[in-house]
Amino acid sequence: MRAALRIAWKDLTLRLRDRSAIIWGIVAPLLLASVFSLILGEVTDPDAIDVTIAVVDDDGGEVSQGFVAAVRELGDQGVFDVVFGTSAREAEQQAEDGEIDAAIVIPAGFTDAVVGGRASEIVVVGHVDSPIGSQVARAVATGFAGEVNGISVAVGTAIAASGDDLDDLDALVADAAAAPTPLGLDTETEASKELSASTFYAAAMAVFFLFFTVQFGVIGLLEERTQGTMARLLAAPIPRASIIFGKAITSFVLGIVSMAVLVVVTSLLPFMDADWGDPIGVAILVVSGVLAAMGVMTIVATFAKTPETATNIQAVVAFLLGMLGGAFFPLSQLGGVVARLSLLTPHAWFLRGLGDLSAGGGPGDILVEAGFILLFAVVTTGFALTRLRRTVEL
Amino acid sequence: MSDPPVLEVRSLRKTFKDLVAVRDVSFSIAPGETYGLLGPNGAGKTTTISMLCGLLERDAGEAIVAGRPVTTSSTDAKAAIGLVPQDLAIYPDLTAAENLTFFGRLYRMGGKELAARTAEVLETIGLADRADDRADEFSGGMKRRLNIGIGLLHKPRLLVLDEPTVGVDPQSRNAILESVEHLSEEGMAVLYTTHYMEEAERLCDRVGIIDEGEIKAEGTRPELVSLVGQRDRVRLTATGELAQAANALREAPAVEDSSVGDGAIVLVVDGARSALPDLLRRAAEAGAAVTGVDVSEPNLEAVFLHLTGKALRD
Repeated sequence: MRAALRIAWKDLTLRLRDRSAIIWGIVAPLLLASVFSLILGEVTDPDAIDVTIAVVDDDGGEVSQGFVAAVRELGDQGVFDVVFGTSAREAEQQAEDGEIDAAIVIPAGFTDAVVGGRASEIVVVGHVDSPIGSQVARAVATGFAGEVNGISVAVGTAIAASGDDLDDLDALVADAAAAPTPLGLDTETEASKELSASTFYAAAMAVFFLFFTVQFGVIGLLEERTQGTMARLLAAPIPRASIIFGKAITSFVLGIVSMAVLVVVTSLLPFMDADWGDPIGVAILVVSGVLAAMGVMTIVATFAKTPETATNIQAVVAFLLGMLGGAFFPLSQLGGVVARLSLLTPHAWFLRGLGDLSAGGGPGDILVEAGFILLFAVVTTGFALTRLRRTVEL
Repeated sequence: MSDPPVLEVRSLRKTFKDLVAVRDVSFSIAPGETYGLLGPNGAGKTTTISMLCGLLERDAGEAIVAGRPVTTSSTDAKAAIGLVPQDLAIYPDLTAAENLTFFGRLYRMGGKELAARTAEVLETIGLADRADDRADEFSGGMKRRLNIGIGLLHKPRLLVLDEPTVGVDPQSRNAILESVEHLSEEGMAVLYTTHYMEEAERLCDRVGIIDEGEIKAEGTRPELVSLVGQRDRVRLTATGELAQAANALREAPAVEDSSVGDGAIVLVVDGARSALPDLLRRAAEAGAAVTGVDVSEPNLEAVFLHLTGKALRD
């Protein structure tokens, strides 16, 4: 054990001296997480959306007025800015001139069409350079259309049930429009298990670069051979296993330190303000992730003959696993085969676990995720051990 | 009663697939003795060293260092060996002192003992003033000296040097050879492999001539030369009565044969150095004016050629 620690200490000294571990373990992930967070974070952060939507009510009926009131409320809440246009033509011109991002036009006769069960269309006009504004307007209109369809069905059902005895059709429509939605979605972050953009990219880049960081330990075995020092280590009065163990300690320490620094720094940086969640839970995920990364990178190292070859193969493997594991974008939202495949990677489970923690969960809530990552670590390390013996030979 | 050998190698054997790299190699080294393994590249020198230093598993035979059998896992035997590999085995990003300290700790040294010994070795290898410089800033010769210094650090009973002068400039080479001579005088047993005949002749008390994984012959230099049975060759460049002088010289007790050719008298002599004054006197008396003398003694190169049928550097 003492010899292993001495080898690890020497390796850590060398890694700090050539700064490679600092660059791959801390600087690169922090830089990319910051960039992703700053660029893509605004897209997914509702507070950061600066969209102006015009609403034109050419109908003026019961149903359209309800919609206008709802949009005004969204404007009051600061979700986006609302202006009220006087005509469809004027709104289209404003959108074309870029004065607004999008316009929602409710045509004349819309309420009558709804009540009468006839087809009618809400028109959304978007500015060509504002896809987000158009998306928001379309989402609002689509939501409204869904509600209107519900009203239409309710009114139609009431009419069918009462035969010809329906006295006050306007009141029925108003009641239907005012009826609460039977099923709603709680969109608060705490319950959604969805990481904020800054937390997602901080965690994703941390676990992605973790695979590059831990490689410095295991690749040291190949470096000892190419620079001739393996002969001295083998000739020294130390157990051969201590050479491997020393390299493993190096990988582990580099991985843990890298992740710890990233967790702390991304939590403290004001423009990131990442929320990693329960510290003990994070520690469990981090340790599991480091062990899994060590297992994978050690397997790769045992197949390579030189450090350069190993580095190249490890980079490919790290990228593939990172991509598949959703380190660059959340693959789970895609569903299907890709989402299922992503569960073969420790990255996906790591990010899932963090989602649980970020949603207020504790260590007990991430046992499944940590378990899968550790299973990955055990399988890969077990396979690596069967091949490691040849790396501590001449 | 003589001291027991520091190294005893018995019937060492190693095969790589169909190639027998080392074939029943046996030899021993006494304390203070320098033993040379002389052979061309690929003769099996490094494989032999790798087995007796515990780097490589052997197929058969045994190696005993300081009374302890050497295996790949025998830490006590390894602690008695100082290895200087053929290729540089240093960390370029560590300083000279850091390199020595790291390996010293692996050899169970520490504290003041390690610090003192590190300073001592740096002095010995002439790098005391460069102790805190990184090894990658050193010249090739300085790196070689550091490579040797690491092997010496823990005061091993047996120092194994595997072709330590390959690719070294003449000045550094001489410094390395002087260091080995000094260590031997201090009582360290040295195993020195080389394919340079002159190094083996200068350093080694005994030499094992190895080729194709097999020790062909072993002994002191005179013993090996006597195996070949060759005599010294003396070439006397002269003017005057050369044929007459050659006949007269043939009568000298040390001369086995004489001939004339290309303006010179060529003699085969037993002990040329001691017989030379008598030979010059006889030549002058016979009417030959000697203008030049060239003495060729049989050497290990000739022995190697005789034993293997090929030159050392083939």
